[in-house]
Order: sequence, then C-alpha cells, then structure tokens
Amino acid sequence: MKTLEKELLTGNEVVLRAALTAGADFFAGYPITPTTEILSGWAKAAAKDKKLEFIQMEDEIASGFAVIGALLAGKRAWTVTAGLGHVLMQDPLSLAESLRLPFVMYVGMRGGPSTGTVIYSQQELTLARYGGNGEGLRIVYAPSNLQELYELTQKAFNVAWKYRFPVIILGDGYLSKTLSTVDTTKNLPLEPAHPYFLNGKIKNLRNCYSREEELAEHLSFLFREYASVTKEIVESESYKTADAELVIFAWGTVGYAAKVAVANLRKEGVKVGLFRPITMRPFDSSNAIKAVSKAKKILVAESSAGHFGRIVRETLSGASDAEFMRLYKPAEGITVEDIMEKVSEVMHG
Amino acid sequence: MVEPRIPRVVNSDTKPSNFCPGCGYGIILKTLGQVVDELEIAPRTVIGLDIGCNLLAWDYYNLDTIQTHHGRVTPTIAGYKRAQKESVAIGIAGDGGLYAIGLQSLLHTAHRDEAVTVIGVNNSIYAMTGGQSAPTTTYHEITDTTPGGEFTNKRAFLGPELLADVAEKGAYIARASVNNIPDMKAKMKKAIETQLAGHFALLEIVSYCPTNWRTDAKSTIEFAEKLSETYKSGVISG
Repeated sequence: MKTLEKELLTGNEVVLRAALTAGADFFAGYPITPTTEILSGWAKAAAKDKKLEFIQMEDEIASGFAVIGALLAGKRAWTVTAGLGHVLMQDPLSLAESLRLPFVMYVGMRGGPSTGTVIYSQQELTLARYGGNGEGLRIVYAPSNLQELYELTQKAFNVAWKYRFPVIILGDGYLSKTLSTVDTTKNLPLEPAHPYFLNGKIKNLRNCYSREEELAEHLSFLFREYASVTKEIVESESYKTADAELVIFAWGTVGYAAKVAVANLRKEGVKVGLFRPITMRPFDSSNAIKAVSKAKKILVAESSAGHFGRIVRETLSGASDAEFMRLYKPAEGITVEDIMEKVSEVMHG
Repeated sequence: MVEPRIPRVVNSDTKPSNFCPGCGYGIILKTLGQVVDELEIAPRTVIGLDIGCNLLAWDYYNLDTIQTHHGRVTPTIAGYKRAQKESVAIGIAGDGGLYAIGLQSLLHTAHRDEAVTVIGVNNSIYAMTGGQSAPTTTYHEITDTTPGGEFTNKRAFLGPELLADVAEKGAYIARASVNNIPDMKAKMKKAIETQLAGHFALLEIVSYCPTNWRTDAKSTIEFAEKLSETYKSGVISG
C-alpha cells in the first residue's frame, strides 16, 4: 500500500494517530465533548488489535488512576478529557507528579466555568499548569495547528518516559474538530518504557509523608529534577520580533491566528511580531524577554480573561516597560481579523 | 517457646509497624502475608493501598506496593491488572474508601468483573481522621460526627450484598471478621484464587479500632462481635 504524504484528518483523529505511532498501548477514559472521538476511535482500534488495552471507566478520576496502574506495569498509558473532566483528572495527576509517573493526557479545552460550552476556550491553562494540590510539576504542550498537534502528541509520550513527569497536550475544541491535511510520515524513534513494578526490584511507592521535613526533601528532589530538565524541554516560537515595536503574545489556536495576522501586517509595513510559547510549562521566559527587546507595546490575545496575560506580566515584570494591552475574549474564538483590527487600534489609537 | 510464624513476604525491617496497639490491621496483614506465601504468588503480587489507616502498610511487605488516593485504590489496581494480566493485584481499603468516596469505582470494577482482589476493612468508622462516622456506622452508634448517636442512618450499609447485585457469576464476594482468623484466612485465599481464575473478588473484614472505639481488649472483641450481628460473616456471592 502506498503511504500518503499528507492526509485529511480531524484534530481528534490526529491525536489518536499520533498516540498510536508513539506506541501508546493502554487507554482508560470517559466520554466528554469535544474529545470523545478519541475515546471511541481507540475503542475501535483496540477491538481490532488485541495488543491495545481499553477500559471505559466510570468517571475521569477512575480513568486517571487506571492509567496510573497501567503505567506502573510499563504500559504507554494515556487518556483524554476536557472541561470539568480535566478538573477531575487533577486528582490522579497529583499522584503522578508525586511519583513522577509518565502520565500523558490530551485536553480539548471547552468553555467554562461549569459545563460552559462544548465548543472552545483557553480557560484551562491555569488548571493544566498548576491544577492539583501541588507545584505544577508537569509539562504542558500547546499545539497551534494540526501538524503541530500530531508532532507534539507524539513527542509527549517520549518526553513523559524520558523525563518521568506527567505531560499534558493542551489543545482545544477548535483543534479537536478542525479538518486539515497533516503529514503523518515523519515519526520519532520511541523512548523505551519500563515497568515500575515486578521488575526484580521491590518498590514501595508512597505519596503520604509523616513529617514536614520528609515531604520538603521529596519536594526539593522533584524541583531539582524539574529544573535540570527544563532546558531540554522548553520550547517557543519568536516570529519577526527582532525589530518589532509591538509584540503579540498568543498561544495555541490563537497563536496560529496571530502568526497569520503578523505576516499580513508586515506586508503593510507594520513593525509587529509574535511570541508564542509551545511549552506552557515550563515557560520559555528568557526568549519571551528577548522577544520584547525593541517593543514599546505588548498585546496579549487569548480566549480567556487573563490566564495567559498573568503569565506574561509576571515573566516580563522588571524586564520590559512596554505598555501592556489586552485582547481578551473568554471562551470565544479570536480570528486573524480580530487581531489585525486590534493591532491597528493599538498602533494608531 | 514457639516463635510466632511471620510470613516470608512480611518485611521485618519495617517492624514494629505504625498501627495502634490492638488494631485489627496487624492480624489482617499478617494473615494476608501467610496466604501470599502459601499460594506462592509473591513474585507476581502487587498491593495497592487506599488512604486511611491502610496507608501505613506501604512498607509492610517485601512486595511492590503503592499508596493511592482516598477511594482510588480500586481503579488503580484494576488498571494495573489489565496491563499486567499475569500479576496478582490486591487492593486494601477501609469502609469509607470503599463504600463512600470509592463506591462508584468499586461497583463498576465488580460490574466489569475486573480480575482483582479487594480487601475492605470495616471498623464502622473513619479511623485515620479520628473516628468520624462511615457508611458502615450502625444506628445510634456514637462517633466523632454522630454525637450521642445523632445523625446515624437506620439501615446498615451492606457493601458486599450491594455488589453481589452487579457482579458476574464467577465473582467471589464475602465477609469475615478478625474475631475468626481461620475463616478470614480461608476467605482471603478464595478471594485470591478467584482473581487467579479471572474474576472479581471482594472480601469485607470486620476489624478492631480500640483507639477510636475507646475500648479495652475485652470490650474490643465484644464491639466487633456486636458489629458482626449487623455485618454477618458469610459468602454473599460465589
């Protein structure tokens, strides 16, 4: 059979395909829009291929803990969720952080608070970065289009097993449901997976500590490890920022719209650039600061009321005195035109 | 003098354990160790713990163990077992972990007939947090949150009987008491053999909590006997 160089796929199909090529072999999950097709797609794949394990669980908490069980057995286990399911997933993620388990999860952000909409938002950023009762010791990727969604989903499994931190691919409902051509022919070599249990060495894994000092010691170990791998993990894109008087900060789907807007505006001679983080955690602070070296104005565009803006302000605090502008549309899409309009308002207004 | 027979899978380096004097967990864990020894399954046994007093067993055995979260041991060991089918996956949890916060998972794990063994310890209270009422607290029983016996429910919470309604034919669902060790041991063995045969097993064990019951040795045994009038030993299914 001839392999197609590019295929027409939805975002959810892209995630499923990428996970399978990354060697994922165990899935436990619970249906939730807009990511359900990944769950049902996995079920169909597992019905044909007995090497793929599938459990439809009773809720997202149980799904996450079943994933943890499978990780202990050395499976490349994963799950997908969104919205309130993402809230429930913070319970197992917290355990995965404490034990440094290679938990992989795709999130298709939907509108909130509460059941909100099943459509789209960028409101789960803080939850993805810092959800749970801990310190956000996880890696969060933010794909901006379907090609990147394919590559980052695949990378997520390798990064999880190499560095042993939980990894979230933070997509959204637009990405999940969009149809686009994707090159699925370039695949990464697989990072080996090893069982934590029944491997010849007795392991007693605990997450509960009796004394403050014991937990503090465990935490400082986790911080050291996280800091030591940050440089290898952190990713961002700076687009036409070298001479930019206005730098747009945007991520994910909005980051893609912003890039198109910058390309269009540059044709009109507007000195505008884009800083787009690819890892939302860890965050590429040094390149973010570099990107605004010539900037007089900064425009944060996001589909929430400041989840990302707060990160930008904290990062640039003391490093730039550029004026801070906002294009916040909580739980609504932001188009190329929205951004271009806002930029001309900001530049001339 | 005859030395007490300590099971091979018990890690003597971590003894004495952290359980309160008179706690039923010592009896339960030691007996489970004997069963693991006798069935010769140690090299493939994995123990999952909930949160509650059972979390203290995290280093009790020379076996792989994991402390999970409150109510989450059942889905964790179910996931493990699905991923490693040759293993023996045993979950240990209290009555609150299983029948309150973890009931949803327990019911569905039984319904899906996951081949795991769940050992549920029923002392009618939340012991680790200081003796609050549990689903298993009996009518007018005095606990930290049922002062003077207020706020208790008339009906007992019969977990095994509830599960028997959704479990498959091959499942094993039973109740025992630390007051009758030979019976408890035989049922533990059956609960593990059931897993080896590919089916779900739940064994509830009525156990002691003299610290929160505020009982001495004699009245601890009597308290457990009284509990067993509500939570009767027997095989409910299988």
